[in-house]
Amino acid sequence: MANKTRVCARVNGEQVEFLCEPYQSLLECLRDILGLTGTKDGCNDGNCGACSVLLDGQLVNSCLVLGVEIEGREVTTVEGLADWRGLHPIQLAVVEEDAVQCGYCTPGILIAAKALLDREPNPSERRIRTWMAGNLCRCTGYDKIVRAIMRAARSCAQYDPPLYNGRNKARR
Amino acid sequence: MRPFEYQAPTSIGEAVALLADTGERARPLAGGTDLLVQLRRGLLEVDLVVDVKKIPELNRISFHPVEGLTVGAAVACAVLCEHPDVRAAYPALIDAASIIGGPAIQGRATIGGNLCNAAPSGDAIPAMIVVGATCTVAGPGGTRAVPVETFCTAPGRTVLGEDEMLVSIRFPAPMPNSGARYLRFIPRGEMDIAVAGAGAWVLLSDDHAQITDARIALAAVAPTPLLADAAGASLIGKAPTEDAFAEAAKLAREAARPIGDVRGTEAQRRHLVGVLVKRALRGAVRRATGDLATPSGRSTEPVQGGRNHG
Repeated sequence: MANKTRVCARVNGEQVEFLCEPYQSLLECLRDILGLTGTKDGCNDGNCGACSVLLDGQLVNSCLVLGVEIEGREVTTVEGLADWRGLHPIQLAVVEEDAVQCGYCTPGILIAAKALLDREPNPSERRIRTWMAGNLCRCTGYDKIVRAIMRAARSCAQYDPPLYNGRNKARR
Repeated sequence: MRPFEYQAPTSIGEAVALLADTGERARPLAGGTDLLVQLRRGLLEVDLVVDVKKIPELNRISFHPVEGLTVGAAVACAVLCEHPDVRAAYPALIDAASIIGGPAIQGRATIGGNLCNAAPSGDAIPAMIVVGATCTVAGPGGTRAVPVETFCTAPGRTVLGEDEMLVSIRFPAPMPNSGARYLRFIPRGEMDIAVAGAGAWVLLSDDHAQITDARIALAAVAPTPLLADAAGASLIGKAPTEDAFAEAAKLAREAARPIGDVRGTEAQRRHLVGVLVKRALRGAVRRATGDLATPSGRSTEPVQGGRNHG
């Protein structure tokens, strides 16, 4: 019935262009059209947070956004965290604190944690727990995740962008 | 999801024309946190989704100390909660907008959508009712104003015609010596639907010795969010004391028409109304006297009934 719509957007810093049905979610577009399968499909209902992405810097559930809605906008997924220098400090902290078991919630956890630390570089433990309320993890019991975010806050604060070709590259 | 068409008009006139052409098989899309869930579950079938987020009037927050506040129907809760004028002048709105879902939901969900979804448990609705908010509704013949307390007519139903849409919500300027508070009870810390909720607004005399005016509204204890007229009126002319709050709480319990369901029994809901009304009144009086801050917003410190601010 519906005609496919052409969508132009920036995803993880790269200009992308794709065709999607108007009723396809951003989650489906990321996974099935753009091949970015890091973002996970958990409940497809806005409850679990596995599909968390940043839309123009704002934390959203990609299952509750239509793909056509990102026209002209910027999306960051878990694939956009690491760069040529290696893992993002939040990813390193999750590894160091063993904050992963099955790993299904982890991409959403990483993105939600980035959204928090981008706004508040030094959140309290309580603030972290409340902020992460929309990201369910059925394995870890959350303690390791919370410790990882606290560790990430410390390492983000001490993180010096490395020199590259004699120029400071801005950290993502 | 069942297929539908998508349009993103840039003016109210275009949006209303699209809704009028398609009738009941069209729905406006703001944050989508209710609409997309309903469409995916098959609770609702539409041929056309009209994204209203590109219409300037629906995205605007404007505040004037005399004229008051206007919040566009598509303003996300996260944006509202970070707005300094809203935080300073309408803390009860922040009480409610900061507990609707977690941060990812708040990045999309809107108080306009909370109202149009017309859930009995919509947290933002009692907070809007008590401060005397009015909806601006656009249709083919122009706009009309609807008080928030008469907007919802049944669970999931509103006064909106098929060819009408909510444009914005207007809040009167806060009066000196007035204050408002919204609280709800949920068994978890966050990310849950109210078992019961209560909003209160009070206007005190200049010396703070007497309540000059008051409004109380309830969530999740009737088919729609409910203005408890008699409970509010009982406070007028009284000192802001525990006895006065207890009498208002008793009248609010009587006004409640709760059902028992998976979230709570009828008796528990009625009991909660009493507890929450008293707490909301204490909070409103503390706000009126400058003694209770706005919550830090964006789903931060919980402000639910069972926790702090006794």
